[in-house]
Amino acid sequence: MARIRLNNINKQFGEHKALIDLSLDVADGEFFVLLGPTGAGKTTTLRLIAGLDKPTGGDIFINEENVAEWGPAERDTALVLQQYSLYPRLTVRENLSFPLKSRVRNMAQADIDKRIDYASKTLRIGHLLERKTDRLSGGEMQRVSIGRAIVREPRVFLMDEPLSALDAKLRESLRSELKDLQMRLGATFIFVTHDQVEAMTMGDRIGVLNHGRIVQIGTPQQIYSNPRDTFVASFVGSPAINLIPGKLAGGNAVVSPGAFELPVAGKSGAGEGAYTFGVRPEDVKVEQGAPVEGKVHDIENHGIEKILTLRVGDQLVRAAVPGRVAVTVEDAVRFGWNPDKVIFFDAKSGLNLAHKAA
Amino acid sequence: MAEIELRNVDKHFGALHVINDVNLTVADKEFVVFLGPSGCGKTTTLRAIAGLEDIDSGDILIDGKPVQNVHASERDIAFVFQNYALYPHLTVYENMAFPLRAVRESRDLVDKTVRSVAASLGIVNLLKRRPSQLSGGDMQRVAIGRALVRRPKAILLDEPIGSLDAKLREGMRVELKRLHLENGSTSIYVTHDQVEAMSLADRIVVMNEGILQQIGTPSEVYLHPANLFVAQFIGSPVMNIAPSTIREDGGKAQVVIDEQAFELPRELLGMLESKKAGNDLSLGIRPEGVLVSRTDQPGYRPAEAHIVQPFGGFDIVDLKVGNRTIRARTTAGFVGKAGDAVWTKLDPSHAHFFDNRSGASLDIRLGD
Repeated sequence: MARIRLNNINKQFGEHKALIDLSLDVADGEFFVLLGPTGAGKTTTLRLIAGLDKPTGGDIFINEENVAEWGPAERDTALVLQQYSLYPRLTVRENLSFPLKSRVRNMAQADIDKRIDYASKTLRIGHLLERKTDRLSGGEMQRVSIGRAIVREPRVFLMDEPLSALDAKLRESLRSELKDLQMRLGATFIFVTHDQVEAMTMGDRIGVLNHGRIVQIGTPQQIYSNPRDTFVASFVGSPAINLIPGKLAGGNAVVSPGAFELPVAGKSGAGEGAYTFGVRPEDVKVEQGAPVEGKVHDIENHGIEKILTLRVGDQLVRAAVPGRVAVTVEDAVRFGWNPDKVIFFDAKSGLNLAHKAA
Repeated sequence: MAEIELRNVDKHFGALHVINDVNLTVADKEFVVFLGPSGCGKTTTLRAIAGLEDIDSGDILIDGKPVQNVHASERDIAFVFQNYALYPHLTVYENMAFPLRAVRESRDLVDKTVRSVAASLGIVNLLKRRPSQLSGGDMQRVAIGRALVRRPKAILLDEPIGSLDAKLREGMRVELKRLHLENGSTSIYVTHDQVEAMSLADRIVVMNEGILQQIGTPSEVYLHPANLFVAQFIGSPVMNIAPSTIREDGGKAQVVIDEQAFELPRELLGMLESKKAGNDLSLGIRPEGVLVSRTDQPGYRPAEAHIVQPFGGFDIVDLKVGNRTIRARTTAGFVGKAGDAVWTKLDPSHAHFFDNRSGASLDIRLGD
């Protein structure tokens, strides 16, 4: 088990700066998610921790020991990839025992059996042990890959988009399985994904990465309700946050003259002028007697709730309403928002004023 | 405009019964979505309507006329494929003009039609480009445009936005819905994505293993699934399903799951009796029907919170009740952390009962 600390890591590939001054401190037993779009530097970070690449600058510590000179084997991390990379000709049991049979480990067969027994019970793949891996479903293969990591009892689990290749239903069930597994093992997980639902639902903390830099680190709730900038705000949350350009005047958000005007709660340091107002769809209230009228532009139906896209002038505003609300496209409805939940972003830099002040 | 009817349609691929006695009427101007997992027969059914596949038996009727002996090109139905199928050496304009030129329409009419359809799809600025210069979303717009220029009786779409990324998919979905409202052509749309189906359809046709499972409006299939398959295919997170027994206790009904009892209104007992329900039942309840309290209240029973999954606007919380896990939906931050003691109750208006042998819903609807 291990604490992992990265201090001012830089990584360059030729001219391309893949990582810039990246610092992280992942606690022992923490489920830490690196979230970001393709090319943000997530996988590069994992490979540096695993020792598969060397940083151009900066230090990596495992349990406060600088591991610059350690090879991958000494670091003892387990990497689980999106591609399962199992041996197709071997059975599940042989695949699981493979990493333990190395001469360096010199493990007794009884110990190997014990670990396989534990891993297969944990992942509920006991009934598959004698099956060849090319006879498994995608979800089963990914369980076996994780099993191969578990039997090694590594210091840390590094997971690179392990659920991306699976269909939606399977992803949904494996998300909670993985979180449950991590809690039971009490292990340190560093989990890379571009899927904000995975990050939100599994992470103890999330590090949001963009263009090689950490933009924000926080718990899912912090990231969701107090995003550092418009990038984080729009990357996290589904349906996406409303980012509405407008002006602050007389305690109101004034949106593209003629579109609409709604009150906002005063923010320290927010003078009158141009802002991007951020409002989550669940904080937009559709009800009779609300101040603004909009036309229903689209309805996304999730059963339990509907996400309405409302049109006012040229401005589109998403609002979440209960599933039983009956509306059709082009209906006129009235809406307002919760003034306390409106986030102020600097119109130019996109920075959240609450962060700027802090 | 067109009404499309399927009567006892049956088809095998070798031993595989790919369409199993399907009956269905799609009304004129209706938007119907075929929804199901891969291999359920939805695409084969669509292709059979278009005339791209033969059927073994049954009838397909367009506006009341059987079309088995009508060639695909004469059925006046447009088909949009997932992989666009554009001519790479032709410009966007020429791709869209192709179906009209093939039937020797006048140059003026071709030009007018292509431009008006391109305008409604927002691709006028792309008319001179070749497909290789287009993004995935634009290619699909062109493919849809090419289908629309002939003003077909009906338009059939086979996972038309399945290969686009999530953001683009959402945008295209909105466009498709609005396009249908504008031109009103009868549409049949195939997808495995339930949110797409729920958002686009007037009615959803749920299929599995070649068998039609349920036809209904989005709210019907969500609120009153006809069987266990539909119940679990539609809705995310998935509905809680547990084998259970029902008993009477102190004037109330109790549903017992793994020896753990939940209270339900007494009227349930009479309803089960009148449906002649056996004892081999499952209870189904969506996460929003599992109520959670932080204090003990009448009708609630103790549980232990396990994994808490925050989604931002709400949380999904796994509750341990005996050896079972029941998934609940709560407001964000309502349950602190795994291990917390909470109390839980089933909202009767969300309870579904299924016969385990047939999988069919008993269609019991309890009030609050």
